[in-house]
Amino acid sequence: MPSDSIAGIAMASTQSTIQIVPTAPGHKRVKSELMRQRLRAASWFLVPMLLALAIVAGWPLLRTIYFSFTNASLTNISGAELIGFKNYLNWTVLKSGRVIWSGLLADPVWWNAVWNTVRFSVLSVTLETILGTVVALVLNADFKGRGIVRAAILIPWAIPTIVSARMWSWMLNDQFGIINDMLMMLGLIDHKIAWTASSDTAMIAVLIVDVWKTTPFMALLILAGLQMIPRDIYEAAAIDGVHPVKTFWKVTLPLVRPALMVAVIFRLLDAMRIFDLIYVLTPNSAQTKTISVLARENLIDFDKFAYGSAQSTMLFLLIALMTILYIWLGKVRFDGGDR
Amino acid sequence: MLWRHTKTAAFYLLVAIIVLVSVFPFYYAILTSFKSGTALFEVNYLPVHFSLDNYISVLTTGVFVRNLGNSILVATSVVVLALFLAITAAFALARVSFRGRGLLLMTILAVSMFPQIAVLAGLFELVRAFGLFNTPFALIFSYTIFTLPFTVWVLTTFMRDLPVEIEEAAIVDGATPWVIISKVFMPLMWPALVTTGLLAFIAAWNEFLFALTFTSSNETRTVPVAIALLSGASQYEIPWGRIMAASVIVTVPLVVLVLIFQRKIVQGLTAGGVKG
Repeated sequence: MPSDSIAGIAMASTQSTIQIVPTAPGHKRVKSELMRQRLRAASWFLVPMLLALAIVAGWPLLRTIYFSFTNASLTNISGAELIGFKNYLNWTVLKSGRVIWSGLLADPVWWNAVWNTVRFSVLSVTLETILGTVVALVLNADFKGRGIVRAAILIPWAIPTIVSARMWSWMLNDQFGIINDMLMMLGLIDHKIAWTASSDTAMIAVLIVDVWKTTPFMALLILAGLQMIPRDIYEAAAIDGVHPVKTFWKVTLPLVRPALMVAVIFRLLDAMRIFDLIYVLTPNSAQTKTISVLARENLIDFDKFAYGSAQSTMLFLLIALMTILYIWLGKVRFDGGDR
Repeated sequence: MLWRHTKTAAFYLLVAIIVLVSVFPFYYAILTSFKSGTALFEVNYLPVHFSLDNYISVLTTGVFVRNLGNSILVATSVVVLALFLAITAAFALARVSFRGRGLLLMTILAVSMFPQIAVLAGLFELVRAFGLFNTPFALIFSYTIFTLPFTVWVLTTFMRDLPVEIEEAAIVDGATPWVIISKVFMPLMWPALVTTGLLAFIAAWNEFLFALTFTSSNETRTVPVAIALLSGASQYEIPWGRIMAASVIVTVPLVVLVLIFQRKIVQGLTAGGVKG
């Protein structure tokens, strides 16, 4: 997903305070005229950008939410009629008095997708944070060949997700895959594993590829945080004879925490919306089908446009809610006040 | 002494593992792309086969070259559009103080966090209403949702750090805001524009969900979709050699660009984080 890098980039930028640039102090009398001119120019500069965002983001989001309350179908979008919350939850009372629940919230397929999304997000981000920290610590050390390592870790980041999904599905191929060959050679497994097809290992396969692809990015962000820690703190700790492991827990980690926290949220939000890797690596696997994959399937493939819209809306709400909760609980300040 | 050596050895072992894990999958894709026929089905760790069959097949049969053209067209247009809209907006956001600026920046950031699927239904309707379905314009249009917010963010960060004195001098000389942007700031911002543009290009080049949904024929697809849907005569006959050749073709330019602009990219990715 290209957006993973995008979110991260935006994220990195959030760590800094947008300071107020003092307006150029001109002559007292012309200042107000100058200010007015600048404000006017500013609004003209902002309008096209805001208009573009309103058209490609604001409006479509509102329409998706609207569709989720209608009976729209792919072939008849314009003829959609409002049906209230029926896509979310509906019930019919049979003559016998039995109540049959239907709609999203009563759909086990939906809850399975929610579970998959949450499971994938938590596991992948945890692994990426741990491994990213290790790689960042390595890159923060002074050693020969550091440039090569940094160049090497940029490669997984630069490879398109679709390409990495295909590359890995070849490597994880059950018959001719090199991963099975390696594991057999090392004696770790005694029979070839169908990584992407088997229901036990499909999620593991997705996690392997996602961690491989995204850890470098995490590492670079953590590294940026690490490099802001003044070196003399470490010197002081070394002089006091503090054990390096203790220095890590007591000095490095607390100081890098703000950068780490922001990196983790944005990765988490990004992982929640994963689509392309799963669509290509493990199509049709119930063990890895996430909300985005399920929603697109309903929207486009199954001609349940309104139902898919309801699922998309739920994902949006879930992500919005998580953002608010995380900011609130973690007291992450986007303006950089945490530092 | 021995302990020290062990520690150094362990460190370099870790370094070697990091490099190997990062590079190996791509190396193996290249290795596979040069294999043809039954050679594909034997596992080799070192290059022993060399055949250009897969590359010839990918480039001469089917519409892969057309897909490459589509991807280049879409990604380039998206970058130009996003940079043009973002540079003026960034000036307003970075250099002019007005009420609600912080809120506006937060909103822009929030847009970049939108799950793409949440706008898919609405965009699908728009794309069809505008008659853009199954054309590259559908993608140029929809990719603005993720390229614009982040180009605005990164350029705002960069522009904020330009010295006030330069701008004051220009104002004293009677320069209007547009002249300040185009004549004074632009020349100073080239590195930032190149980095941001490159990152936006990569994002657009790699995008999959919109490309899959808003195009429907082989001729209008972009490369990620083409590679994802590349299949053989039957579903049991996946043409791995050709898939790997196509993958290598679309990835090598990216890897080369990224390695050339390494420093700039790392700076761009962590912009603000470092400058704080």
